[in-house]
Amino acid sequence: MSTHATTRIVGAPVPRKEGVDKLVGRALYVDDLQREDAWYGATVRSSIPRGIIRSIAFDRAVDWSEFTIVTAKDVPGENQIHLIVADQPCLADGKVNHCEEPIVLLAHPDKHKVREAVSAVKIEYDPLPAIFSIEESERQDVIVWGADNLLKSFLLEKGDLDSAWADAAHIVEGEYRTGAQEHLYIENNGIIAEYDAERGVTVWGSLQCPYYVFKSLKSVFDLPEKKVRVIQTETGGAFGGKEDYPSTLACHAALLAMKSGHPVKMVYDRLEDLAATTKRHPSRVRHRTAVDANGKLLAMDINLATDGGAYSTLSSTVLSRATLHSTGPYLCPNVRVRSNAWATNMVPYGAFRGFGAPQAIFAMERHMDEIAAAIGMDPIEFRRRNFLHDGDMNATEQVMREPVILDQLLDRALKESDFHAKRARFAHENDTNPVKRGMGISAFYHGSGFTGSGEVVLNSLAGVDVTPEGKVRVLVSNTEFGQGTNTILTQVAAEALGIDYSAVSMAPADTNQVPNSGPTVASRTSMVVGRLIERASLQLIAMLRNSAGLGEKYTTEEFFAACERFRAAKGEVLSTCRYEPPPGIVWDDKKYHGEAYPAYAWAVYVAQVAVDTITYSAEVEEFWAVQEVGRVLHPVLAEGQIEGGIAQGIGYAVYEKVVWNSGRMANNQMTNYIMPTAEDVPPIHVFFEQIPFRYGAYGAKGIGELPHDGPAPAILNAIRNATGVPFNSIPLLPEDLFAGLAASRSIEEPAAL
Amino acid sequence: MNVHWPPIRFTINGETCEVHVPPMKRLLDVLREDLHLTGTKEGCGEGECGSCSVRMNGELVNSCLVPVLQAEAAEVQTVEGLAQQGALHPIQEAFLKCGGAQCGICTPGMLMAAAQLLARNPHPQIAEIREGLAGNLCRCTGFMRIFESVVVAAQEKSADPITEEARLAR
Repeated sequence: MSTHATTRIVGAPVPRKEGVDKLVGRALYVDDLQREDAWYGATVRSSIPRGIIRSIAFDRAVDWSEFTIVTAKDVPGENQIHLIVADQPCLADGKVNHCEEPIVLLAHPDKHKVREAVSAVKIEYDPLPAIFSIEESERQDVIVWGADNLLKSFLLEKGDLDSAWADAAHIVEGEYRTGAQEHLYIENNGIIAEYDAERGVTVWGSLQCPYYVFKSLKSVFDLPEKKVRVIQTETGGAFGGKEDYPSTLACHAALLAMKSGHPVKMVYDRLEDLAATTKRHPSRVRHRTAVDANGKLLAMDINLATDGGAYSTLSSTVLSRATLHSTGPYLCPNVRVRSNAWATNMVPYGAFRGFGAPQAIFAMERHMDEIAAAIGMDPIEFRRRNFLHDGDMNATEQVMREPVILDQLLDRALKESDFHAKRARFAHENDTNPVKRGMGISAFYHGSGFTGSGEVVLNSLAGVDVTPEGKVRVLVSNTEFGQGTNTILTQVAAEALGIDYSAVSMAPADTNQVPNSGPTVASRTSMVVGRLIERASLQLIAMLRNSAGLGEKYTTEEFFAACERFRAAKGEVLSTCRYEPPPGIVWDDKKYHGEAYPAYAWAVYVAQVAVDTITYSAEVEEFWAVQEVGRVLHPVLAEGQIEGGIAQGIGYAVYEKVVWNSGRMANNQMTNYIMPTAEDVPPIHVFFEQIPFRYGAYGAKGIGELPHDGPAPAILNAIRNATGVPFNSIPLLPEDLFAGLAASRSIEEPAAL
Repeated sequence: MNVHWPPIRFTINGETCEVHVPPMKRLLDVLREDLHLTGTKEGCGEGECGSCSVRMNGELVNSCLVPVLQAEAAEVQTVEGLAQQGALHPIQEAFLKCGGAQCGICTPGMLMAAAQLLARNPHPQIAEIREGLAGNLCRCTGFMRIFESVVVAAQEKSADPITEEARLAR
């Protein structure tokens, strides 16, 4: 396929499908839906990290007859949120395993009264010992989950690690840590639920994955599929934070709706959303690496650990992606990755853009700079000598069958950022300037779609139909939450159908109206779901040609006329397709061996930083992002995705710290959980190289998560370059810089890179 | 017990209105619940995120921090008042073209902040745009497309007030 295959709509900056609605204030988010008969829900949560619930008492000062009260006893089906492992109760039953665990639900017609009533429910506990860190969990003195606190572990092996060390010219070790990160979508979690004995449960809400919510409601209410309905409302940001949590909230609101006989609205305020919902998994990664005399990687021994929190949620799949991204885009003959997700009594961690990859890539890319420093080689040259190329095998021994252009991406990143000249100039200026400047780089890949056999297991179904009103609808359960799903999928359909972009719209993300095309996660929407829509659209054209006399060339009007002839003959105009894996995809889930992902997006990022040695602030002054994500379906949306991901990555690196106090978030306010503002984000320069992937929609690969992977290591590598001091933990705040720089001055002046 | 609250009158998007609500009720809630203008969003409830930004007597305010009694006799403009007779305001046009809105939840507040900025300073420098929007958090865009939107809107024509001349110029 050529890079510039001619397309009319794909690749063009068409207007965002729901753009005008959002700009005039007409788009309806869950809190905008007002129901006259609605009651409001609230949650009584655990105030301790672990213990037995001794009693639940209701303050007599409150007239509880006005309220609906729900506890675990009111759950009609299974008291479990169904995700991967059924270990997380919908409502705590007799014991709690983390702070903010939901115990009692309240509903009342007045939203202020219901919030006030939460503190009138008194819960007494017999506390049990609790643990709050990876180290405490892996010591196994206190067992808080299963037999050994181990939520999941993986072993990935390539070559013969143990015999590789003998040939090493250098062996370099390092330990790297990343903290929790809050999604900080600007719209908090919210759900409206309705219960009817005939129709069952219906929920409307801010969510990413309607069929995940569907699955949990079905089991919590013990209802058949036809009595569960999930409808996504306009969703104000998600980033993974609305992948699993809405299942819990939807069950809560629906339980209150069933018992109260009213629709129930539950919209968290910011305090509750920050304190009670999931965050990015903290990690600790240890590297031991052997390098030969020419600067070639010989062996990588990686030990990766994450804190999963009190329940398993998505920790196993996050750990999987972390494991598979832990060796970076490098060729190394001998590899062993041992990874463990540990249970603690922290609020359960969950999905967040990148899904384990940012943690693993932070460690790998910081470590690459430390290896380079240890062996006396330029970190750019050291990376270049070890890049994967076409035909090479990565750590799972997947052969890189698609073109790999890391050298080209690196060259472009160096050129666009004027890397070498700036680095030399800063090194000179830093001698006399209290503000130390530096340049840093990261190189990485991100696998598109579900891991290994995941897409085959998902077995996604998607399609297009044509309504009698003359509208083509894209039928998917994939959702829009800012990233552009509506726009790119309608672009793909309009392109493949050969009709106007304005003639195609999205069917509502409503489980009564759309098939299960899988969750909106894992950078799979463009590549996997987009491809299904492309195929379904081409199939519809073939149907119209075969059965309704559609000609070789046709206008949009002629297309719809053919659709009506088809409808008259066959009843409905509908074309659906199921997922088919690209040929040759072989994955061994036990050995963690084979084709981990059908395609990878590749990138080289450069950060320029200024470290003020008087105020100890580290400012990112400019950022360059060069990537290859296959065909770019929409240039404006794609750049927006990259820029937004980089801003989040900058926050992850040098702004955003979750402060914990015995398992409770202490800074659960926007006042003191600090994300980068309009004044903090530097100029970000985005460049795409385009190599169409033959099994993605019009050549697209995944894009959404990639930009969160690279900023943190590039920034900390730039700080290393600026100060000569290696910082191996994020977030890196001024107090951490102060401590690190002070410590380095008291020892010796390490060599600058 | 039903309390009959004394009237509070103000102008909303050019039209007079009267509400009978507790005087300490947040302007944000009055807009959303009593006037059914749900374009104005709540993000944090403590004046940090700017999602609830509206213009009041020519100032940008966080409507979550304004008791409605302070709006007595004021002129209040919300996102619903930006487009005129079905035609998008230049700043809305620019957001659509440049990708200034992604998830859209910060967008109404961001548009009001941008409109306020351009009303005060029709041709802002990039540093002035950054400062003017610093009270409005966007988690999706990384702000680059928003800055570009403001620059484009400023180039199109002075964005406020919306004159017939401005619309013709586009």
